[in-house]
Amino acid sequence: MVFRSVQPRYPVHQLRQEIDRLFNGMLNTAGEVGWPWPVRGRPALNVWETKEAVLVETELPGVKPEQLDVSVIGDELSLKVERSDVEQEGVTYHRRERPVGSFARVVRLPVPVDAGRVEADLRNGVLTITLPKAESARPRKIQVSSAG
Amino acid sequence: MAEESNMAKTAAEEVSSAEHTRCGCHFRPNVDIIERADELVVLADVPGARPESIDVDFEDGTLAIHARVDPRQDPGVEYRVHEYGVGDYYRTFHVSEAIDAGKITAEYNDGVLTLHLPKTEATKPRKISVKTR
Repeated sequence: MVFRSVQPRYPVHQLRQEIDRLFNGMLNTAGEVGWPWPVRGRPALNVWETKEAVLVETELPGVKPEQLDVSVIGDELSLKVERSDVEQEGVTYHRRERPVGSFARVVRLPVPVDAGRVEADLRNGVLTITLPKAESARPRKIQVSSAG
Repeated sequence: MAEESNMAKTAAEEVSSAEHTRCGCHFRPNVDIIERADELVVLADVPGARPESIDVDFEDGTLAIHARVDPRQDPGVEYRVHEYGVGDYYRTFHVSEAIDAGKITAEYNDGVLTLHLPKTEATKPRKISVKTR
């Protein structure tokens, strides 16, 4: 073994990390709709809203745009990622933590979106999908009129 | 923890041995470490970083990777789904191989930092020919 990573010095830290990990695992399954894939190896998402759009962000280091499939079907956003395996012959792997293979995820969108105007931007390994809200889902300022 | 293949990040508050002046939590990047005959290659996932915000230090056989990542959303944003945090990446390794520190190179593409650590001449494998008299 050539490399040794700096490990937690005290058992209590290790325990804390284990608890954090279990807890994170629980949180990851919350808000998931009809997720048919194994939990391991799927990309984690952040989803938030602005007045005009729903934004979905995920970190996909090493992924090229052509390895990515983003589609909106009805009220669901589907994300498929193929992260290529760069395993080489004649080398020794001391660490192998970076996930490889295919990952897929489906999320139900909180409001109807305009599927024709969805934009996806991949920069420095971060994918940001902007889904403009459908006209019916946008906040509308109602002009109050008074007679006379 | 190292066996975790989930793409979710691992918070690494306790992993670093030295204190940071910048507060806030930082993450432990997933890495692949490959050894070839003449070099070690470290691939680290640090999505969201910019090349100018990544520091790589090699001193006394310790390799330190520190990538600063600024928040991408307003602090007050209310997430519908919030599965990962955004922050700096930090990780250190003890390298026992003799490395030619002056020849270490680093490149950053698509959120992946690639480090090439060439071995010193003395540690490169050498084919010894056996002679007969």
